[in-house]
Amino acid sequence: MAKRNFAKQALSRWMQGEGPEFDVVLSSRVRLARNLRGTPFPMLANPAQSKAVMEQLLGVAENGRLNGLGALDLIRLSDLTELEKLVLVEKHLISPNLANESRNGALILSQNEDISIMVNEEDHLRIQCMRSGFQIEDAWKTASLIDDVFEEQIDYAFDEKYGYLTSCPTNVGTGIRASVMMHLPALVLTGQINRILSAVTQVGLAVRGLYGEGSEATGNLFQVSNQVTLGASEEEIIENLHQVARQMIEHERAARKKLMEESQLRIEDRVRRSYGILSHAAIIDSKEAAQRLSDVRLGLHLGILPQVDQKTLNELMVSTQPGFLQQTFGEALHPEQRDMTRADLIRSRLEISS
Amino acid sequence: MLCQECGKRPASLHFTKIVNGEKTELHICESCARERGELVPGTPSGFSIHNLLSGLLDFEQSGAHGAARTMPAVRCETCGMTYAQFSKIGRFGCSDCYKQFADKLDPLLKRVHGNTAHVGKVPKRAGGKVKAKREIDRLKQEMQSRIEREEFESAAKLRDRIRELEREMGAG
Repeated sequence: MAKRNFAKQALSRWMQGEGPEFDVVLSSRVRLARNLRGTPFPMLANPAQSKAVMEQLLGVAENGRLNGLGALDLIRLSDLTELEKLVLVEKHLISPNLANESRNGALILSQNEDISIMVNEEDHLRIQCMRSGFQIEDAWKTASLIDDVFEEQIDYAFDEKYGYLTSCPTNVGTGIRASVMMHLPALVLTGQINRILSAVTQVGLAVRGLYGEGSEATGNLFQVSNQVTLGASEEEIIENLHQVARQMIEHERAARKKLMEESQLRIEDRVRRSYGILSHAAIIDSKEAAQRLSDVRLGLHLGILPQVDQKTLNELMVSTQPGFLQQTFGEALHPEQRDMTRADLIRSRLEISS
Repeated sequence: MLCQECGKRPASLHFTKIVNGEKTELHICESCARERGELVPGTPSGFSIHNLLSGLLDFEQSGAHGAARTMPAVRCETCGMTYAQFSKIGRFGCSDCYKQFADKLDPLLKRVHGNTAHVGKVPKRAGGKVKAKREIDRLKQEMQSRIEREEFESAAKLRDRIRELEREMGAG
């Protein structure tokens, strides 16, 4: 079988990291949760019901109603290999839940991968829009337009009081989850991160590490998102996130400046060591790779390593993940081989780009 | 402090449970916590948002409605989910569960969101009435402020428009 588009290229357009404020914000994302009236939510739907939901929702894309979005890939999860699913998860196009636990799960994916619509995840329909850099309003506008198209064709479960009804009460109301992915190495290095993250959680936002387990963030990547979905309008939710993220960007930049003023030599040393290891290591695990890539990314934006290409760094953050490595280099890599292959890949990519 | 279970390893997890005002504390090490099946954050079987929700739901039951457990089980007629099941898994079975469990829902939503009513986007087809209602509320406010500014002529126009909308809603 020919490789699917999404498996060929490591980076979706929104992951190339060239949007506004790209020195701190990698990407912005909006997700809307919607359900059909009168059908049990995916968790309780029987196979016939979930199949009907899948066909009905894929039908909206098939009959050309979403034509404004360009060519769309309609993918039934049952047609994918385990590895292809893992790659979609690592590219943040689908959730682990859709990959592993869904019945009659499906995906509607735009060509540039800016739009990823999940069917039969926790809710019947989850519309996701991604943007490069800090463009959260733009992601919301697009998601809302897609929402309107589905609403013309499908009876949504909507309640006058509670709004859009969702499987989990934490999503009810607007069903919106807006998030920005931020690279905050200087706040981590200067020890300010915990204070800032706890302040952020006071204003109705949640923070989690990306790729990392629990609160520990691998590669100093943090995802900041709204927690409350009921009782505030989408615009208020987006605005709140925007304001807080804006302040975090300024704090991170101030911390970077402070680092350069107070300990320039040490930070240069750290960045150059990491660059040295990445360009010469023969074996490297994914955790170390993420940390070193974070250092090099910081070095690029501090002007210490101007020769490094931002896009290459973002690409390596994705392509050095276990699933993507296996997809690229064959299925049966055992961990040691994987760490070797990863080191080879990083060396060759850094060489080309500099 | 040593683990209360094995007495060998240092206690790294500290639980405080408060049930009906009665406080119990537990200090154990990670491996004993795993064996006991206590919640270990970050492990797959561990603490999730749904565990947290079901904790809140239990609290609502034993707190505000002390006798709730002895009441006949509330069951959603559409999907068959009982309130006990919902409070265990923290997720609804279908959109009708919101109606069936309505009287228990507001305290929970208040806790999770600080609010109990949606004020955001309204779908065009399913939400026609909601939109009209909100428009009427908005017009009423506007009318009030015009009356305060003694702009009676334009306030009267708004009043007529409100009446018109209310008639349409009644008819639809």
